[in-house]
Amino acid sequence: MAMLSFERKYRVRGGTLIGGDLFDFWVGPFYVGFFGVTTIFFSILGTALIIWGAALGPTWNIWQISIAPPDLSYGLKLAPLKEGGLWQLITVCAIGAFVSWALREVEIARKLGMGLHVPFAFGVAIFAYVTLVVIRPLLLGAWGHGFPYGIFSHLDWVSNVGYQYLHFHYNPAHMIAVSLFFTTTLALALHGSLILSATNPKRGETVKGAEHENAYFRDLVGYSIGSLGIHRLGLFLALAAGIWSAICIVISGPFWTRGWPEWWSWWLDLPIWR
Amino acid sequence: MNANTSRLAAAAGVAAALLLAGCERPPMESTQQGFRGTGMVDIQNPRILAARAAANVAPAPTPPAEPGSPPATSVYKNVQVLTDLSVNDFNRLMVAITTWVAPPDKACLYCHVEGKDLSEDNLYTKVVARRMLQMTRHINADWKKHVADTGVTCYTCHRGQAVPANYWTADPGPRTTRGLAGSRAGQNAAAQSVALASLPYDPFSPFLGGAQQIRVLAPQALPNGHEASIQQTEATYGLMMHISQALGENCTFCHNSRSFASWEGPPTRATAWYGIRMVRDLNAHYLEPLGKTYPAERLGPLGDAPKANCATCHQGMHKPLGGANMLKDYPALAAVGKVAVAAPVPEPVVVGEMVVVYFGVGSAALHDAAPKTLTTIVAKLKADPRAKATVSGYHSATGDAAANQELAKNRAVAVRDALKVAGIAEERVVLVKPIAVQANVAGEDPQARRVEVTVK
Repeated sequence: MAMLSFERKYRVRGGTLIGGDLFDFWVGPFYVGFFGVTTIFFSILGTALIIWGAALGPTWNIWQISIAPPDLSYGLKLAPLKEGGLWQLITVCAIGAFVSWALREVEIARKLGMGLHVPFAFGVAIFAYVTLVVIRPLLLGAWGHGFPYGIFSHLDWVSNVGYQYLHFHYNPAHMIAVSLFFTTTLALALHGSLILSATNPKRGETVKGAEHENAYFRDLVGYSIGSLGIHRLGLFLALAAGIWSAICIVISGPFWTRGWPEWWSWWLDLPIWR
Repeated sequence: MNANTSRLAAAAGVAAALLLAGCERPPMESTQQGFRGTGMVDIQNPRILAARAAANVAPAPTPPAEPGSPPATSVYKNVQVLTDLSVNDFNRLMVAITTWVAPPDKACLYCHVEGKDLSEDNLYTKVVARRMLQMTRHINADWKKHVADTGVTCYTCHRGQAVPANYWTADPGPRTTRGLAGSRAGQNAAAQSVALASLPYDPFSPFLGGAQQIRVLAPQALPNGHEASIQQTEATYGLMMHISQALGENCTFCHNSRSFASWEGPPTRATAWYGIRMVRDLNAHYLEPLGKTYPAERLGPLGDAPKANCATCHQGMHKPLGGANMLKDYPALAAVGKVAVAAPVPEPVVVGEMVVVYFGVGSAALHDAAPKTLTTIVAKLKADPRAKATVSGYHSATGDAAANQELAKNRAVAVRDALKVAGIAEERVVLVKPIAVQANVAGEDPQARRVEVTVK
């Protein structure tokens, strides 16, 4: 791949966390680094294990392939490969690949002298995944509480785990997470449409800038969060949505075993109206 | 860390603490109920389980009666139910019932009047007690598919109280303002009956008082021929919330939520299926008719008799009293009833252009309401002399295939004969080859035993 004329000046040495200059090079447009190597290693190994698991399973139907975690009876021990051990290895590979990717993002940020917002944001996604397959299973005492790796099977798992608390929409953290997900799309829609409206003037008009953008929302709702603020808000909304999703599943089981509607009895019992 | 950040961190900490304050703490106990990775898991709090077990302890049995005493009927007059007991066994049971049911300050006088003969039926409580003995024997003899050999005794429901802690009467709903603003449409009340959800708060009247169809799922993915409304579906979910609450279990105790209709889930669902039919039978034949016997203060706000639901016996455990077998110490309550009442056969129904007639297990006898339901078919045949009726019999795929096919044919013939009685010539009724229903596990589904009639 050809390099653009100005690109070379950003390809500077240093900023690596591990490996010094050893992996400090590019393949085509991609920075490699030590964590690029580990990302490739874990992704290829994990994918190969998934394909092996599918070969052991009853189907090659892409929708129905499923790599299930071990039986609860194995607790927090290692299970035989064909009885959930594969799931355990694949989970290790997945976390290895995700964390490597995040650290590769850190190295690139250091090279360019930028903030660590991108790896931090990706870290929240990794945290949500780790909550599902490590933290919650640890709190419940068995790897079997992780979700299966399969397109339909993980949906069935979500459905059954939801119905274990009778009505999951009453989970307070789930309520907050859902609200944040919707608010994220609202903020992105407002921001995207505002930018496009400023940069698509009528024929003969000039492109508008931040002053116009701020004026628009001040006229509309009396307040504009500003051109930097909207990005802070967007990042906060998106990350909070992921964090509250992780909270809503980690409290289901380790911190609450009954129907979620019953959790709200404290509200029904408030002295002002009970 | 500047002041704003620390204030924010403190607020987040307080919010997290509040969230968890309403919660429980680990460790929990979990049991696997299906293939690994399907999420078919039961997670319970061992501290709640211990408290529940402590609140559901069966009392120690009284020593067995001396053998060799004369029959109770030779000593007491007006013995109508316990006619097969010796007088010693009879007295032992009466003492047990007194501790299980009667208030301690009343004891024997809760049912018998001081100074009057024991045989007299002066008090309503004695009449009710007699009917309850019949009901207990009926449950233990005819509903083994739900109560198994553990069975039930008076204590299963009463727990030392004259009126069991859990029962239901028709619910008029909370008091609201009049008009549109006050209309709750039977829901949104955070009612205990539906585990504090917003679902319809009286799931008992339609499903346990009446026999409204509980199954609401369409038989296929696309909504063709799907008849259940959102309201019916929410009512069904309301009943399911009650069952969960009453048993202290969640939805996956009986269902794999991949498909609620499918019988692929845990076998507990079959036990629950019989339980629902049992409660309907008890409410219709024993508890509701006692409404005429009870004094007004025992009746519900709408004047109906107190009736049973799942919580009446279960009281928060999936096996009442933790599965303690009290019945083996009181065999008098297990004496075989005279009539084995099978699960009721559903009424025939009109589904679009089709009439569906249901049959009992191994029976080709037509339901009493079938001729009336068939009138729409008869009217169509009379209106168009060229039209023909197609009759197809269905049977279970389990059991002897030849016998099943013969049965399905006999059922179809029974329907043809009913059409003949209504004046339709035999040659205008086409009998279709019997069809096996695969989904019917061990014949539990009465909907599988059916004949469908259409006009072509």
